Amino acid sequence: MTDAVLNLSHLHKSFGALKATDDVSLTLMPGEIHALIGPNGAGKSTLIKQIAGGLRSDSGTVEFAGRDVTPLGTVARARAGLGRTFQISSLAMEYTVLQNAVLGALGQEGGVMRFFRPVMKDRALVDRALAALERVGLVDQATKRTADLSHGQRRLLEVAVALTLAPKVFLMDEPMAGLGASGSKRLTGFLDDLRAEAPILLVEHDMDAVFALADRISVLVYGRVIATGTAEEIRRDPMVREAYLGSEDAA
Amino acid sequence: MGRETVLNIVLFAMLPATALIALLLDEPFIITLVTKAAILALAGVGLNIALGLGGLVSLGHAAFFGIGGYAMGILASHAQSYTPLMEVPFLIEGTKSMLIIWGVAITASALAALAIGALSLRTTGVYFIMITLAFGQMLYYFAISWPAYGGEDGLSIYIRNDFPGLNTLDPIQFFAIAFGVLTVVLFMAARIARAPFGLALSAARQNAERVETVGLAPFRLRLVAFVISGAVTGLAGALFADLNRFVSPTMFSWQTSGEIMVFIILGGVGRLFGPVAGAALFILLEHLLGGLSDYWHVYLGLLLLLVVLFARGGMIGTLAGREVAHD
Repeated sequence: MTDAVLNLSHLHKSFGALKATDDVSLTLMPGEIHALIGPNGAGKSTLIKQIAGGLRSDSGTVEFAGRDVTPLGTVARARAGLGRTFQISSLAMEYTVLQNAVLGALGQEGGVMRFFRPVMKDRALVDRALAALERVGLVDQATKRTADLSHGQRRLLEVAVALTLAPKVFLMDEPMAGLGASGSKRLTGFLDDLRAEAPILLVEHDMDAVFALADRISVLVYGRVIATGTAEEIRRDPMVREAYLGSEDAA
Repeated sequence: MGRETVLNIVLFAMLPATALIALLLDEPFIITLVTKAAILALAGVGLNIALGLGGLVSLGHAAFFGIGGYAMGILASHAQSYTPLMEVPFLIEGTKSMLIIWGVAITASALAALAIGALSLRTTGVYFIMITLAFGQMLYYFAISWPAYGGEDGLSIYIRNDFPGLNTLDPIQFFAIAFGVLTVVLFMAARIARAPFGLALSAARQNAERVETVGLAPFRLRLVAFVISGAVTGLAGALFADLNRFVSPTMFSWQTSGEIMVFIILGGVGRLFGPVAGAALFILLEHLLGGLSDYWHVYLGLLLLLVVLFARGGMIGTLAGREVAHD
């Protein structure tokens, strides 16, 4: 068995009496899409923050490519190769689409303490940014202000910025939200290929996408992982059906 | 060429044009006013790097303005009294050389900005405003209670400092020095805004989370911006002291911090020439309205209110429209 790229073991996080994350352990193997699903309030967002570094865990460890990153913050974990996209688009809204992508390229290539040469004339950075925009189909919008993009386009830009980072792991928080049926389908196809570059931990509400993409699915309810398995196993799991899929009867 | 570029060129040319006309009309006082506007604009360009580009609302930039001023005052006062600054462990003499004084002013204010920034930048929002204000006030009271350099009375320097090849006591020549410095710093500020550092710094203002997620630390970016900003304002302080041939604790006062911020708000926050437009307008109003009434600040306040309520982009924003994302 190959080593996991991302390895969470026994993560805990409580807010007062509320156990937002309760002994969560899961792994992300090379080349896989591991989907994390769960009803609202299950603690998905909390867990994502614990993985990305924005929220300190009460106990447990986060290992990343064989390295313990538990004590590191967001910046160091991004440098270590974690490419995150946000549920609610988190972009520099005054910038053009291209500038946002160049910012990602700059984060990846380094050299931010340069004060003289115009960054938008840096061929290497701009090419890397354009390549990422091209891949998500935003290259035509490159000179548009990010604030003027549609909601769905912003989601794609989030993905493009993550691509510029050439990360070792993608951590995607509901990338399909707001894309509409055709956009969602397109992105599903894209992520399908992307897993060969780097594995994806995918938090998603769009069950069609989850069941189409995920090699493995983990179900989070009240901060606990109640089941992990293939799409088929999760569909059949009685606890999952009761806790989460129950009303949908999705078989 | 965009409207803002045209406007910038007009604003830029306005200062030397006014000075030259004043020279022809033999009005040295007007030249001094224009020089003052150029120096105050320089202080504003400094603050604008932190405030406009970095979103750091510092109400303590008088600290750097004052440090620059006192760097000039202390060095020149020792030179004019022929007493060394210190003899142990090694001899440091005063100097009347403007270039050396600028170097000291820039270094001292950059170091102060590094220390103040390292502490203040751990806070954000209103706490950042308050803590920078507190540091400014600390230096103000320190200057007041420092008898060796005049205390409350300040320091008078009898003769303006030397600049190689120029007679600095001639108003138009001193104006040329101040305007030259302003030009160089404006050029550098424009480059910084478009450089990788500027892109990341401005992104950190718009969305710090985004910057962290691409692996860049907002704190480092802001600290470097604060140091550059403080150093420029410190240089302006040294020039301002030289203009007046006088240094006093007023340079450290929070009103000074406020005035520098007023230039930026009047002219346009984050606009390259915002501080130039703002400082020029400020001096114009001070001269015109100040002649009518001692309470001319009432009208300034009214104008500021109107700008904040109805013209958020300041003069530049009103005349040139919304800033275009440059690429």
